[in-house]
Amino acid sequence: MQAGAGKGHFEMSTNIIKKLLIVVLFAPLAALASNVELKLDRAPNKANDQAALQNGAKLFVNYCLSCHGASYVRYNRLKDIGLTDQQIKDNLMFTADKIGEPMAVAMSRKEAKEAFGAWPPDLSLIARSRAGEFGSGADWLYTYLRGFYRDGSRPTGWNNAVFENVGMPHVLFELQGEQVMEDHKLKLVKPGKLTQQEYDNAVADLVGYLVWMGEPVADTRKRIGIAVLLFLGVLFVFAYLLKREYWKDVH
Amino acid sequence: MASTNFEKFKSDGSLMGNVMEWVDARFPLTANWKAHLSEYYAPKNFNFWYFFGSLALLVLVMQIVTGIFLVMHYKPDASLNANGVPVAFASVEYIMRDVSFGWLIRYMHSTGASAFFVVVYLHMFRAMLYGSYRQPRELLWIFGMFIYLCLMAEAFAGYLLPWGQMSYWGAQVILSLFSAIPLIGNDLATWIRGDYVIGDATLGRMFAFHVIAIPLVLVGLVAAHILALHEVGSNNPDGIEIKKNKDPKTGIPLDGIPFHPYYTVKDIVGVVVFLMFFSIIMFFAPELGGYFLEYNNFIPADPLQTPPHIAPVWYFTPFYSILRAHTVNFFWVDAKLWGVIFMFLGVLVLFFLPWLDRSPVKSIRYKGPIYKAALAIFVVSFLILGYLGMLAPTEGRTIVAQICTILYFLFFFLMPWYTRIDKCKPEPERVTSK
Amino acid sequence: MSRDEKVDCSRRNLVFATAAVGGVATVATAVPFVASMLPSERAKAAGAPVEADIGKLAPGEMMRVEWRGKPVWIIHRTREMIESLKKVNEKVADPESKRPNQPAYAKNEPRSIKLEYLVVVGICSHLGCSPTDKFKTGADSGIDADWPGGFLCPCHGSTFDLAGRVYKNKPAPDNLEVPPHYYISDTRILIGEDKKA
Repeated sequence: MQAGAGKGHFEMSTNIIKKLLIVVLFAPLAALASNVELKLDRAPNKANDQAALQNGAKLFVNYCLSCHGASYVRYNRLKDIGLTDQQIKDNLMFTADKIGEPMAVAMSRKEAKEAFGAWPPDLSLIARSRAGEFGSGADWLYTYLRGFYRDGSRPTGWNNAVFENVGMPHVLFELQGEQVMEDHKLKLVKPGKLTQQEYDNAVADLVGYLVWMGEPVADTRKRIGIAVLLFLGVLFVFAYLLKREYWKDVH
Repeated sequence: MASTNFEKFKSDGSLMGNVMEWVDARFPLTANWKAHLSEYYAPKNFNFWYFFGSLALLVLVMQIVTGIFLVMHYKPDASLNANGVPVAFASVEYIMRDVSFGWLIRYMHSTGASAFFVVVYLHMFRAMLYGSYRQPRELLWIFGMFIYLCLMAEAFAGYLLPWGQMSYWGAQVILSLFSAIPLIGNDLATWIRGDYVIGDATLGRMFAFHVIAIPLVLVGLVAAHILALHEVGSNNPDGIEIKKNKDPKTGIPLDGIPFHPYYTVKDIVGVVVFLMFFSIIMFFAPELGGYFLEYNNFIPADPLQTPPHIAPVWYFTPFYSILRAHTVNFFWVDAKLWGVIFMFLGVLVLFFLPWLDRSPVKSIRYKGPIYKAALAIFVVSFLILGYLGMLAPTEGRTIVAQICTILYFLFFFLMPWYTRIDKCKPEPERVTSK
Repeated sequence: MSRDEKVDCSRRNLVFATAAVGGVATVATAVPFVASMLPSERAKAAGAPVEADIGKLAPGEMMRVEWRGKPVWIIHRTREMIESLKKVNEKVADPESKRPNQPAYAKNEPRSIKLEYLVVVGICSHLGCSPTDKFKTGADSGIDADWPGGFLCPCHGSTFDLAGRVYKNKPAPDNLEVPPHYYISDTRILIGEDKKA
């Protein structure tokens, strides 16, 4: 009798909980329906491809560094992607005289303000700050750099499919060519030096490099992490045996 | 402390023994060791939920140590450097890139901040499960609540220091709450900021609070929390007092075992498992999808441009949701002030838990179905509020937040009533090991 | 544990094993904290080798360049100055530069690569003050009547000759340090790096 009543109560309460859970859990899902959906293409992962990162570094230095700095990244850090001091000095170092200097912007702040009306942001952390609910920072950059199109209404003559009314002109247009926006779709109307496939690859390399710059230590971090976890695994075995040894006295 | 109850150390003639005897004659070393470790009797039936107290202590130590090393390199300076970046923001990146292993120490600290709240929330939930706040542990609970308040203040002040967009605008929003206070609000907010907007003055004082003032208070409160615990003894999953059943000869509780070595060796296992989870996040996903380190905080603070969507870090979001859920003016008080009042009330109400719970039993094991349902609803509401607090508000979300806010408060306000009418099971005489 | 229980061997072994593994973990954890106090990449970059142009340095004059935040002196020695070195050989503590205060290529009497040019770090080996140059000879120097020219540390009175060698019975224990350096050309020196093989 007693047990039965208890069981009945229990069932009742679990039912209440279940119903509540359903109501309360699904209500926000319905309310969630987001109004603006941003479609981002998935950027290929170049983290372990040193040749791609080096190519990205070259593109970065040639096309980005004249206006954007990477002021937290020192030139000699590029040794991490497989370059030697000499290679860095000869091929990449245009804005500094010493290998330990940061990748400062060639243009002064004042010039930039006059040219663009704003200070082009530092790109050291761009891949980390551009991540969001629609994709990683790499996805955003990969879509953005392939999303420029001609727009006569803009002062630069360019607009962007991901970053509406962007202040930056399409600096890679000689590589990509010119796109226009037709029925919410991008269409290449004037080819550039590279084919579409080649251009996508080049952008992927550049984005890979930007991701690397965001956290040059990322690779080391993961390697140390594996070692730490393995070690903790060993420590766990000993700690567990020790605990079991002592607790066999406790009844 | 109960130093008189313990015998002084007697040397066995060895050098170590002589040193120990010398120290013990001048300092209550043996007495404290025994009172707090080797002869502190804890119930033998602690379960999984009882790991989080010692883990919280571990995280506290970790935050203090990593914090000390971060302060060696961090600069609380909002002025712009030659590259046009605020010095404070640049100094964090300097730690991440130029200081050897600086990234590891910084990630330990940033992951540790979130881990602290994870551990503390679970620790508090344990108290709610087993009635650990009930008589005679009311003061213990209140110390714990003050620790929680300190932690929130500490986290808030610390979050400003990287001087990113989220740091800046999060602080802007929260400090603007003070302007909701009638009459003095605006002046008070200005005084707290030390400027008309969040600026270098604000950064300087938040730095002082974060690295000196609050940690000092926090350490003191933790000591008080532990002393209070060791005065009354630990609760357990059965919610019964082990001191009621003592061995008549020795006076030792029959269901108690010495904290050291039994719980020290057990807690080591807990610590190792915790460190494994901690390492997985810290080494493989330190941003944890933007929850532990927000993406917008990788952009330096810009007073001229608010990011499109501001949300506090996850551990504040339940209360942030409560704040936003108030959208109506009534009783001549505007919605903003109601939001602030209820947000603070949402934390304050927890202080009164020991007196709101009128159940004859402490532990959830013997509580009735009403309490179980109430607790489940409370937890679900809290989680939903937390989830909604991270999203941009829409009409639908605000309604859900309002419902959950009501449920959150009803859990507390109706507690004196429903805990009394609930059908409880009888408590056992001795602890059970389930 | 020291009660009259029989000594439990496996328990003791486990305590030691766990303590050992835990000890290794603690030491490993200390490594990043200790390492974080070493010179950072910024400090290393700031301490990178510096170039000095000695083309315009007249005989008998000295110039200072900053390397790793320390003054490095380059002295263009005159014939008399070079000859004075021989005279003080008996008065200086380490005339043959036996102690390792210079790279191998400066372990000679003039303590330099080229006879005319002395390159030393201008930090006294006693307690880190920077000595002042006293190139005037004799009583004019204010030191003593047969002073052949050299350096005087204002803090505790140590004196050095024109090769940076410390005089005997002075507080400073060692000769001034010769930094690694090499000649890029006849008129340019790179300070902070040895010539690569």
